[in-house]
Amino acid sequence: MPTAEKTFQTDRSRLAARLGLILPAHCLLVDDEDLRPYECDGLTAYRELPMAVCLPENEGQVIDVLRTCHQLGVPVVARGAGTGLSGGAMPHAQGVVLSLARFNKILRLDHEARLAVVQPGVRNLAVSEAAAPFGLYYAPDPSSQIACTLGGNVAENSGGVHCLKYGLTVHNVLRIRVVSIEGEIFEIGSEAPDAPGYDLLALLIGSEGMLGVVTEVTVKLVPKPELAQVVMASFDEVGKAGDAVAAIIAAGIIPAGLEMMDKAATAAVEPYVKAGYDLNAEAILLCESDGTPEEVAEEIARVTEVLTAAGAREIRVSHSEAERLRFWAGRKAAFPAVGRITPDYYCMDGTIPRRRLAEMLSAIAAMEKKYELRCANVFHAGDGNLHPLIMYDAAKPGEWARAEAFGAEILELSVALGGSITGEHGVGIEKINQMCVQYRTPELEAFHRIKAAFDESGLLNPGKAVPSLHRCAEYGRMHVHQGDLKFPELERF
Amino acid sequence: MQLDDLVSAVRAANESHTALRIRGAGSKDFYGGMLAGDVLDVAGYRGIVAYEPTELYVTAKCGTPLVDIEAALAEKGQMLAFEPPHFSCATIGGCVAAGLSGPRRQQAGAVRDFVLGVKLLDGTGQILDFGGQVMKNVAGYDVSRLLAGSMGTLGVLAEVTLKVLPKPVAEKTLVFEMSEVDAIARLNQWGGQPLPISASFWHAGQLWLRLSGARAAVEAATGKLGGSAAVDGEKHWFSVREQTHPAFAGNILWRLALPSKTSPLGLDGLRAIEWGGALRWVAGESEALREIAAKAGGHAVLYRAPESMRCREGAFAPLSPALLALHRRLKKTFDPKGILNPGRLYAEF
Repeated sequence: MPTAEKTFQTDRSRLAARLGLILPAHCLLVDDEDLRPYECDGLTAYRELPMAVCLPENEGQVIDVLRTCHQLGVPVVARGAGTGLSGGAMPHAQGVVLSLARFNKILRLDHEARLAVVQPGVRNLAVSEAAAPFGLYYAPDPSSQIACTLGGNVAENSGGVHCLKYGLTVHNVLRIRVVSIEGEIFEIGSEAPDAPGYDLLALLIGSEGMLGVVTEVTVKLVPKPELAQVVMASFDEVGKAGDAVAAIIAAGIIPAGLEMMDKAATAAVEPYVKAGYDLNAEAILLCESDGTPEEVAEEIARVTEVLTAAGAREIRVSHSEAERLRFWAGRKAAFPAVGRITPDYYCMDGTIPRRRLAEMLSAIAAMEKKYELRCANVFHAGDGNLHPLIMYDAAKPGEWARAEAFGAEILELSVALGGSITGEHGVGIEKINQMCVQYRTPELEAFHRIKAAFDESGLLNPGKAVPSLHRCAEYGRMHVHQGDLKFPELERF
Repeated sequence: MQLDDLVSAVRAANESHTALRIRGAGSKDFYGGMLAGDVLDVAGYRGIVAYEPTELYVTAKCGTPLVDIEAALAEKGQMLAFEPPHFSCATIGGCVAAGLSGPRRQQAGAVRDFVLGVKLLDGTGQILDFGGQVMKNVAGYDVSRLLAGSMGTLGVLAEVTLKVLPKPVAEKTLVFEMSEVDAIARLNQWGGQPLPISASFWHAGQLWLRLSGARAAVEAATGKLGGSAAVDGEKHWFSVREQTHPAFAGNILWRLALPSKTSPLGLDGLRAIEWGGALRWVAGESEALREIAAKAGGHAVLYRAPESMRCREGAFAPLSPALLALHRRLKKTFDPKGILNPGRLYAEF
């Protein structure tokens, strides 16, 4: 685990006493056995015990907690459902976890205006369920949507399998209410388009709890398509499948979902879900079309034609909702299915230009040999977001370290291929070192100045998302690219 | 023109505390707050840097005319889906800096929704690269989108990368005779249904709708919606996008952004309604408009007016003290001496 960069001198009993003055007893946890469930988020390999967990029930209490921590100089880590995969909600050892779990109400759902005002602890799927009677839904659908919360989605700018067509969280949130570390309230965005001033909504969405704590979110609801159908195609070469993705886009089609799985992934999921995948294929593609029945029929015909021309060895079209869900079941269950065949797995999240896919997958195959670990690949092919699942056994000495190094190499290759170290999971603590590979000193300095413009004290989620220049100097010692020494202006230690 | 030329110009201005007024083609000189400082002409820094149709992005230098970019996209059947106005000569840098989107905004999204990356020259002349060319990238703060609509106050957008989309297979325009109140009600009802409506425009008792999508979807929606088919649909939407339509005439024009279902506000100067009810154009001097828009949950931009009036009223709705203070801190982050387009967004910075 990347080590903490900065320590804080927190007086534990004083902190507990001060928080006890502003929160009722049932909203404050300070004993180790109560704190234990909060020691990690979905990235369970990294753990840290906080000094206290606050579970406020109203905005006034959130403000009080933040003001108190600000006065005492105590770090604060906001937390939703804790499903994040980059350790963004991992506690700070000298800090407080601010759980928004009790902010779980949908405050207003206006079907005429197609929007919902929700508290940050409301689950992603609950919004779509509440909107369903009106034929509406909330588009971003991260795979954890049954559990993850809107507040966490805002913090991470979550995506899902439909974001090529329907966008990420940043495209579907209209307004947020945010409390600063000093306890000041900001209303960002509005129900009207193009709020005046800078687009702070874009800046705050995906800011990983570094700039403020969200206490209310207004989301856009969109009409549910009348019909969805999926085409499943199998390929005997990964490269052909990658070319087929490009050919679909080149034909002017933006599918509702476009996903790829490699042979290792289908082999893992087929016994688990029995979706009927072609197990001899090197890669399978799932391409979903949605809209009116007329529209879907037209698009499916065009997609089928493109896939055939691209050399698909088998093409199947779902003919019922049950069959569509079965085709998807394997993709949606890929993570737990891999979890069944290995004691532990480590999920990566790089994005690459789609045309570099075959290159990336052959590099991953070479890395499997180098690190002596297996890897299954699932891929949001439509938007170039790769999720390699590195399989390891935490009980075997050295395996986790090899898995970490394997993951780091994939992320750094993503940057080298013209992509990014994270498409939707966030940097958190996990990819903090790889940020040094993606950005140069001037951008990192700009990020730190932005952070200071919101949180001068540096108390919100310290040590996450943006690495210090010293960290990069240390890490840079291992990563000299093409002979240039990164961060030459800094001392090495 | 080379990037180095821009870098040296900004560095020199920063050293001598000289205000710079960043200018592409000047097509939006009428828009925003006051124009102050020495002109930094970026029109010569032009050209498409990269266009990958199957990756759905285009990267261009700031002075590239929008028409050049759109011509390149059209060859591959693609477009800038937010339909920015050209005002004959607009450049891509000015398009992103001003953040103005066109008729398709309500369906496809705004300028900021399509910004993937920028190469920014900050106020000290430092080159900063944010975002990139991939659709999904959550590493670091999303500075690229923050810059859309920043009116050049945070830096010179030297290069921008935008997401592009395929042009719809079919388009059709329908016209309805309809009152303002009915148009707002119907647009909101339709907005909640899976209909391929890509633009709406109400003016003087007529509602124009554009349908875009698969041929079958457009035909099916035509059957459902009724109205009469317009023969000159494309010409009409061009006049809305470029604001050459008579509805946009006049010396003083306000742009009200509102929650789409806001009931008619009883304004004599109402000229047009766009974006499913969320954008309303009002002509004439009306001091109360800012308050009226704010009460309805929106805001009013003094879109076009004599400079004296824009300086007096401010082009954009005022910010709360807390937000204004935050804006100033962010401004300082990128432009510590405040030399870039001072006063173009707000008089305070």
